Amino acid sequence: MPELGRAALVITLGLSVYALVAGAAAATLGRRRLAHSARNALIGAFASTVVASVVLAVAFARDDFSLTYVADHSSRSLGGIYKLSAFWGGQEGSLLLWLLILTGYSALAVWLNRRRARDLVVWVVPVLAGICVGFSWLLVAVASPFAVQAAPLDGAGLNPSLQNPYMMSHPPFLYLGYVGLAVPFAFAMGALLSGRTDERWIVTTRRWTLLAWTALGIGQLLGAHWAYVEVGWGGYYAWDPVENAALMPFLAATAFLHSVMIQEKRGMLKVWNVVLVSLAFCLSLFGTFLTRSGVVNSIHSFTRSDIGPWFLAFIIVAVAFSTALILWRLPLLRSTTRLESLVSREAVFLYNNLLLVALCLTILWGVAWPILSEAVRGQSVVVGRPYYDFFLRIFGLPLLLLMGAGPLIAWRRASLRGLLRTFAWPGGIAVATGIVLLARGAGSSIPGLIAYTFSAFVLAAIALEFARGTRARRALSSESWPVAFASLIGRNRRRYGGYVVHAAVVLLAIGIAGSSAYDSVTEGRLAPGQSLAVADYRLTYEKLAERDTDHATEVRAQVAVVRAGKDLGTVEAGKNSYRIAGPEPQVSSEVGIRTNYATGEDLFVIAEQVNDDGSVYFRVFVKPLVNLIWLAGLVFLLGSVIALWPDAREERRLAVRYGEAGSPAPSR
Amino acid sequence: MTVALVLGGILAVACVVLVALPFLREPDPVSDELHALTAEERDRLRLAEERDRALAALKELEADHRAGRIDDDDYRASLGPLRREAAEALAALEAYGRHPGRQGRPTS
Repeated sequence: MPELGRAALVITLGLSVYALVAGAAAATLGRRRLAHSARNALIGAFASTVVASVVLAVAFARDDFSLTYVADHSSRSLGGIYKLSAFWGGQEGSLLLWLLILTGYSALAVWLNRRRARDLVVWVVPVLAGICVGFSWLLVAVASPFAVQAAPLDGAGLNPSLQNPYMMSHPPFLYLGYVGLAVPFAFAMGALLSGRTDERWIVTTRRWTLLAWTALGIGQLLGAHWAYVEVGWGGYYAWDPVENAALMPFLAATAFLHSVMIQEKRGMLKVWNVVLVSLAFCLSLFGTFLTRSGVVNSIHSFTRSDIGPWFLAFIIVAVAFSTALILWRLPLLRSTTRLESLVSREAVFLYNNLLLVALCLTILWGVAWPILSEAVRGQSVVVGRPYYDFFLRIFGLPLLLLMGAGPLIAWRRASLRGLLRTFAWPGGIAVATGIVLLARGAGSSIPGLIAYTFSAFVLAAIALEFARGTRARRALSSESWPVAFASLIGRNRRRYGGYVVHAAVVLLAIGIAGSSAYDSVTEGRLAPGQSLAVADYRLTYEKLAERDTDHATEVRAQVAVVRAGKDLGTVEAGKNSYRIAGPEPQVSSEVGIRTNYATGEDLFVIAEQVNDDGSVYFRVFVKPLVNLIWLAGLVFLLGSVIALWPDAREERRLAVRYGEAGSPAPSR
Repeated sequence: MTVALVLGGILAVACVVLVALPFLREPDPVSDELHALTAEERDRLRLAEERDRALAALKELEADHRAGRIDDDDYRASLGPLRREAAEALAALEAYGRHPGRQGRPTS
């Protein structure tokens, strides 16, 4: 039923245009029923987008190849679950997923706050509707997933590299993050439009921002894991422009999540906060533009398409609109307080913000420079790994240190004596760790040694914070240690959830440093029976095995692994040759990974080339601590859930505040 | 095709009804004006934020002191100004409670 899908998208576009125009008119003229009508239109836009999405999902489930999009991205033999992921396997479907999440978020945000933040929501509706207009227009007029053709007997199938559970979940998480940033952006713009530059927009969108940020972080880690196990080049992050496109809004949102705390605690940085939330949203649009326009060559990007100019126009409008609003409302955004000391918690937050934004803009320049160079000079330039690695060290290592220092420093000001006392334990542990690691040979990489030392400092600072907090709680309430610990976290969810997230970042840093600064690699062509050595492993290529499955021919080199004289069994690495429509089969590299769960180390085997004479060209890595990166994802999720969990006491406090001011409390 | 048209029509009608609902429910309302915060409400909100901020800072100060992050001298030096900020905001809010409609202290 492609007609129903098309009609539903046209209805979404119509409702979005109505919500934009009627919402803006209602907010400007102060018309209540018109504002409710515009809000309902936004909710209706979600309903009609759900209908369009169901039509496309059913077309995939029924192998309806009369839809060009379905024929291009699915086949009769494609596994059931991957028929679902084929939905967002191409340009048009992923744009529809974007719109579905956007309208869903918009409907939920305006519905949940329809009473509690009424005066703000009337301005939020037209902003969100404006974004919905942009995306629904693309789907109706430029890249429709409901284009039809004479149905072929079978479809082209889904790119084999996308047939992976991590890649199946990676895009939806990224979209939940990208699109989720639209909500705090809309509330910030709504606050500026209505002149409500108090904290309300911040407390209303606190959880939305955290949710979007968490989804963006998890989405990136899922993508990194996919690259690690599926792409077969031996790494997890290549500083690819499209990977960077997801990292930039994440960094801006990280800075925002920290700087809003300064506004809440000290009433400072109001301008900076609206700039950051606008930057994060505009970068999420830029990231989508990079992926979809075809302006960059990337494993992740879609082919060159017609949507590039539209997206560019959309970004320009978003940047111009937010900049003009901020400049217009500058007088209302003046801070009421000043930084009292350069050695204080808020000062550390500020340094953290500057470093995060500097890293973000450095990456932006690395992504934009090749595009600008090609557009202006017609010359293609490459900004490679050394550039990004350099700036990651320059900005990332101080950030790591500040992550540990921040919680140890009091708000407003800190004395030297106080600093010496609070820094003594974490500092001592960090120095001792550095000395031990140096003695054990970690000095082969200075950045790696610094990263480990700083990581020890941060972990010690976090442990100390939990210990001090629990002890203080016990002293107040005479609770048992476990109860005091649980109660400490329950009463300060944002703070201690944040510390758990910091611990995740430390695990990530240790994993990255271990696997990139202290890894070992070797390569060579082996005939059956021949061996090669890497670190303290010896690998012997035993034989080649070939098997046929429903979708592919799989060739596997079986490799026996021995470490320090101990037989560790075999790993298999090889190639899959997928039988899909087209002149050539699609070939994917299937790596062999042997994980040591006790040390977090991976032995990573790539069969680069399988030769007709049975010999195989192998590339083998030993990656110490790499699995801490994936463990960091779980810890990150745990910390985010703690911070996101509703806090009834906080809700009551806000209810009192907004009740006193004559308006109901916002939901966060 | 026909089924699609019928379903599309139903969807369109449902959306039109949803959009028109506020006007259908209240064809002739007593007031169609949106509530906008008055100057007094804005001022009370500002004061409530200042009060909450000062009270939260006092709580943080206590916690920092108990946890040993700040020593006694710093604690005493910070306590006074914070208490004063909280007291001023509370007093201004109370004044509003006693005299609704009166303007609070000016925005700093």
